[in-house]
Amino acid sequence: MIANTLPKSLADNPRLDRWLQFRPDGRLRVCVGKVEIGQGIVTALAQIAADELDVPLARIDMLSGDTDEAPDEGNTSGSQSIEIGGASLRMVCAEARAVFLAEAAVLLHCVPEELAVAQGAMLWLGRPTGQSYWTLAPRVSLAREATGAVAAKPRAARAVIGRSVPRLDLPAKLAGGGYVHDMALPGMRHARVLRQPRPGATLAALDEAAIRKAAGGEMEVLRSGDFVAFLADSETVARRAAVAAPAYARWEGVDTLTPAMGEAMWLRGLPADDRALGAPVAAHSGLLKHQASYSRPYVAHAALGPSCAVAWMRDGHLTIWSHVQGVYPLRQSVAGALRLDPASITVHHAHGAGCYGHNAADDAALDAAAIAQRRPGVPVRVLWQREDEFGFEPLGTAMLVRLAASLGPDGRPVDLTTEIWSGPHVGGARAAAALLATRVLPDPPPAPVPNEPSEPNPGAGTRNAVPYYDIPAHRILHHFVARPPVRTSALRGLGALPNVFALECFLDELAVFSKTDPVAYRLSLLADPRARAVVQRAAAMAGWERRGAAGSGTGLGIGFARYKNRSGYAAVVAEVVVEQAVRLTRVWCAADAGLAINPDGVVNQLEGGIVQAASFVLKEQVVLDGAGVASRNWDSYPILRFPEIPEIETVLMDGGDEPPLGVGECTMGPTAAAIGNAVAHALGARIRDMPFTRERIVAALA
Amino acid sequence: MTDRIAFTLNGKPVAPRADPTAPLLDVLRNTLGQTGARYGCGAELCGACMVLVDDVPAYACSREVGTVAGRVVTTVEGLAGHALIRAFLDEQAGQCGYCLSGIIVSAAALLAANPSPTRAEIAAALEPHLCRCGAHPRILRAVAKAAQMLREGAAA
Ligand code: FES
Ligand code: FES
Repeated sequence: MIANTLPKSLADNPRLDRWLQFRPDGRLRVCVGKVEIGQGIVTALAQIAADELDVPLARIDMLSGDTDEAPDEGNTSGSQSIEIGGASLRMVCAEARAVFLAEAAVLLHCVPEELAVAQGAMLWLGRPTGQSYWTLAPRVSLAREATGAVAAKPRAARAVIGRSVPRLDLPAKLAGGGYVHDMALPGMRHARVLRQPRPGATLAALDEAAIRKAAGGEMEVLRSGDFVAFLADSETVARRAAVAAPAYARWEGVDTLTPAMGEAMWLRGLPADDRALGAPVAAHSGLLKHQASYSRPYVAHAALGPSCAVAWMRDGHLTIWSHVQGVYPLRQSVAGALRLDPASITVHHAHGAGCYGHNAADDAALDAAAIAQRRPGVPVRVLWQREDEFGFEPLGTAMLVRLAASLGPDGRPVDLTTEIWSGPHVGGARAAAALLATRVLPDPPPAPVPNEPSEPNPGAGTRNAVPYYDIPAHRILHHFVARPPVRTSALRGLGALPNVFALECFLDELAVFSKTDPVAYRLSLLADPRARAVVQRAAAMAGWERRGAAGSGTGLGIGFARYKNRSGYAAVVAEVVVEQAVRLTRVWCAADAGLAINPDGVVNQLEGGIVQAASFVLKEQVVLDGAGVASRNWDSYPILRFPEIPEIETVLMDGGDEPPLGVGECTMGPTAAAIGNAVAHALGARIRDMPFTRERIVAALA
Repeated sequence: MTDRIAFTLNGKPVAPRADPTAPLLDVLRNTLGQTGARYGCGAELCGACMVLVDDVPAYACSREVGTVAGRVVTTVEGLAGHALIRAFLDEQAGQCGYCLSGIIVSAAALLAANPSPTRAEIAAALEPHLCRCGAHPRILRAVAKAAQMLREGAAA
């Protein structure tokens, strides 16, 4: 069963020609299913192909995310692009190279071992042969399945991997283009969609005349069930219609939300599916016990550019351009929602603004597709209003995490219970029936009840809940709330950020009990040498030994995690000054990502994760009120701004030849915890609920 | 309701036919095909749409196109040869890149006024701009680097 040993992407798409095409124009086309979402993945994958095949980067054209021409690699998420997509591509290239060398050997009457490749050309005992991948291509068929039997190059033989190379997509973006938002097709119409305020609401009345008047130009109102779209040649007109429309629409059956529902604590009162895993409950009577609860509220992906898509129905075939994380999953859900044959739909990935999870991209694509289906021949561009992006994107769920430990005589935990209340992080939010337009189109299918497993690894709400520390007994009690007050889905790291924040803050509390320095305390519980190395390195970078007594107003705190307990390692130290508000002044990070394909790209992602996590901890909370989300623009949903950005120093450990590990998420939890611990150190009192608002600082000091 | 509105865009005269009350952003992107200025919020809250009007940063999402008649408008496309572009590429300053064109526009205005800005001055000049990807540290470095390149170029 060779197929079982192949990485998932390759097992699902075993044919080599699905991935690689040496084209008559002398270029190599590399087709991948993982897509660029701002993380630089397509560049890293190009590096892998260049290295494994010995083809110059400049001769490679990348095609990513395309249901006609690229392999199906599902969604781009969870740090798996390098670990699975990269490993697959590397195997494909190693096998293709072997196939070409075998053919060259036949042609040149030699043995493959005497052949080498340089710049795409075949060398025999170091001498040119006149043959290259491209001269051999007509004789070599890649219409064969991968076997997994060809070894990839050893590290010493690689020249491109491990070197920082510039991102392929950046030049076009700096020249003013490059996004799906920028597409212009002949005869394209601009559309906006009127959103159903809450699930189950029905449209009782719509004053179309008033909306037309506000739009001030030629405009079509397209209605199908309670799905309402405004189409115009002029984007200005379509936007004006969309801005005016909510005031002229009367919906019935709109339930009302309150701010309390937006707090993590609210989850405790909702129906939950209770799961338990890990060690059986043990009685440790007589031991010192400590418990504490931590929380994160609902947070938004809040991509800087609202969701956008273009769709075009031509001769019964629907083409969609979208910034989704997965073109094949989107094709499936659009087919389900519009009752089309998936074979009659093509989805091309196009760039969007970074969102780091499942935002409204899929919803916008279905909006555009639904309109295009009803207006065949007309290319339709849908762009969401900012207010709708905040109001209707699937959110990162609130989470409440309660930790309880029993400490042994040496002050180290002997038993730990992690109790989690969480809404869905994945759980079918991309299914056709979960997308917004589906709910209001005629004959909506029943909305699915979200579900997701409570596994320790990789897990969703339980992600990183199992400590990476030596603690003799650990258990998880997971209260999975399938129906929180708002729609939720995947956001960078899923439950890892709240779980690592909770555990790492709790460890500092335990360290205080045992009168041990937080770094020393962690090291006393950490066996994995790579984990110890990042903790020690980050502490050394920060000059940890200067850390003084708590309560001075200035604080130093540390956080550590290995993402998913099997991916990238990161230790982060934060320095804060707390007065009226928390000022994050400096951050030091040591990370181990194994073999870093593009080191500069890795550092970019690590630092991006640090800034985003700092923003979550210090600022972000979705406000629920009235008919749903009340925080509808950046003034009511502030994020970290330029003057608040700390100096960040990042060190990437030498990962040797260890397999590359994803790094998109690995600094998030440690950063949140480092800030939590630094603030506790500065104040001499702890804030356990995100975000760290002025009120919470005052309350902690009271 | 449409008029011809004549202004200079990235060094060239243009005279698009437009509703003078339409946002400058829509006319730039859809009528004139310059997509560098981007829609982010429509409310002067994110900076994605920033352009220069007579060398001063202005929000194209809220600026009525009629008000730029006779003026000089610059978008990121008009800064193609600017040291900032080189510096942003050198520093690989950006992740998704959506915020960058507005940021580069504001940075260009800053460097025109202050050839040696400190990190704090750069951060203050970019205060109107949001970046969701956390590319700020690199962006701050890239602007400082562009300033240095311009100073060295001027000295040479
Ligand atoms: S789009 Fe103009 S400031 Fe956000
Ligand atoms: S790089 Fe994505 S918003 Fe700044």
